[in-house]
Amino acid sequence: MPDGQTLQVGFETQGQNVIVSPQGEIGYSEATVFRTWLRKAHDSKSPRIIVDLAKVDYMNTPGVATLVESLQISKRNKTRLILCGMNEKVFAIFKIARLDTVFEICPTLADASAKA
Amino acid sequence: MTSADSMKGAHVRMELLSSPIYTSGARDFVQAVTRRLGFAELDCNQIALAVDEALCNIMRHGYENKPDQPIWLAVWPVEEGGTSSGIQIVIEDLARQIEPAMIKGRELHDVKPGGLGVHVIKEVMDKVTYEKRPEGGMRLTMVKHLKPAPGSDATGRCEGGKGCHA
Repeated sequence: MPDGQTLQVGFETQGQNVIVSPQGEIGYSEATVFRTWLRKAHDSKSPRIIVDLAKVDYMNTPGVATLVESLQISKRNKTRLILCGMNEKVFAIFKIARLDTVFEICPTLADASAKA
Repeated sequence: MTSADSMKGAHVRMELLSSPIYTSGARDFVQAVTRRLGFAELDCNQIALAVDEALCNIMRHGYENKPDQPIWLAVWPVEEGGTSSGIQIVIEDLARQIEPAMIKGRELHDVKPGGLGVHVIKEVMDKVTYEKRPEGGMRLTMVKHLKPAPGSDATGRCEGGKGCHA
């Protein structure tokens, strides 16, 4: 049976930042793919990982869990994880899970990149 | 094997396999129905999210990622005084049974991956009940009431204008 996952992930290094840009929905099937890209970002040893969620239409808790896992890795590695570009629907799940204050969240990629 | 008698009389019933491919279809269906019942867009999104989380939990924990097991989803409008005042959604499966009291979301101050799905369902919906089905498997019943909003009558049904959905 096909897994039906349609997530595409951009990956780019810009100076001190690694920018991970998923595109599509991050649900149960896609969370594994997303996790692979986040792990790759951590493996790069860049001091800042920016996850640009501007092209993510929908996320559920398996997707959020991969970001929580990534945050834990960041804390262990003493690096920064910054989320940006969330639409209202995606931000709502962070609010419901009360994770909106746990993550460093910026409105846009430009804001995240400019953060010291 | 079919869905239980508890689903008889549902306005819409859907049977799907326990493959993640189909969760987006179920989500879209619930979103479309809640929109037509007069829920605000944010509530429509969140009710659909609750259904998605419930389906994910069944697939992942109940059926342990087996993609070919049955799940039934049924929907009724909740009616008070002859008018719709919300939605009831029932989801049933044939997965392994667990004690309903054991189904808990994790403590939110404990920031770790996983365990968020049940919390989201309970946070979003007004009433959430897990039961063991006598025929085997589990039943989840969720109810969400319409919120009265400016420009709406006492049931929360939209009477036109800003914030109303066609």
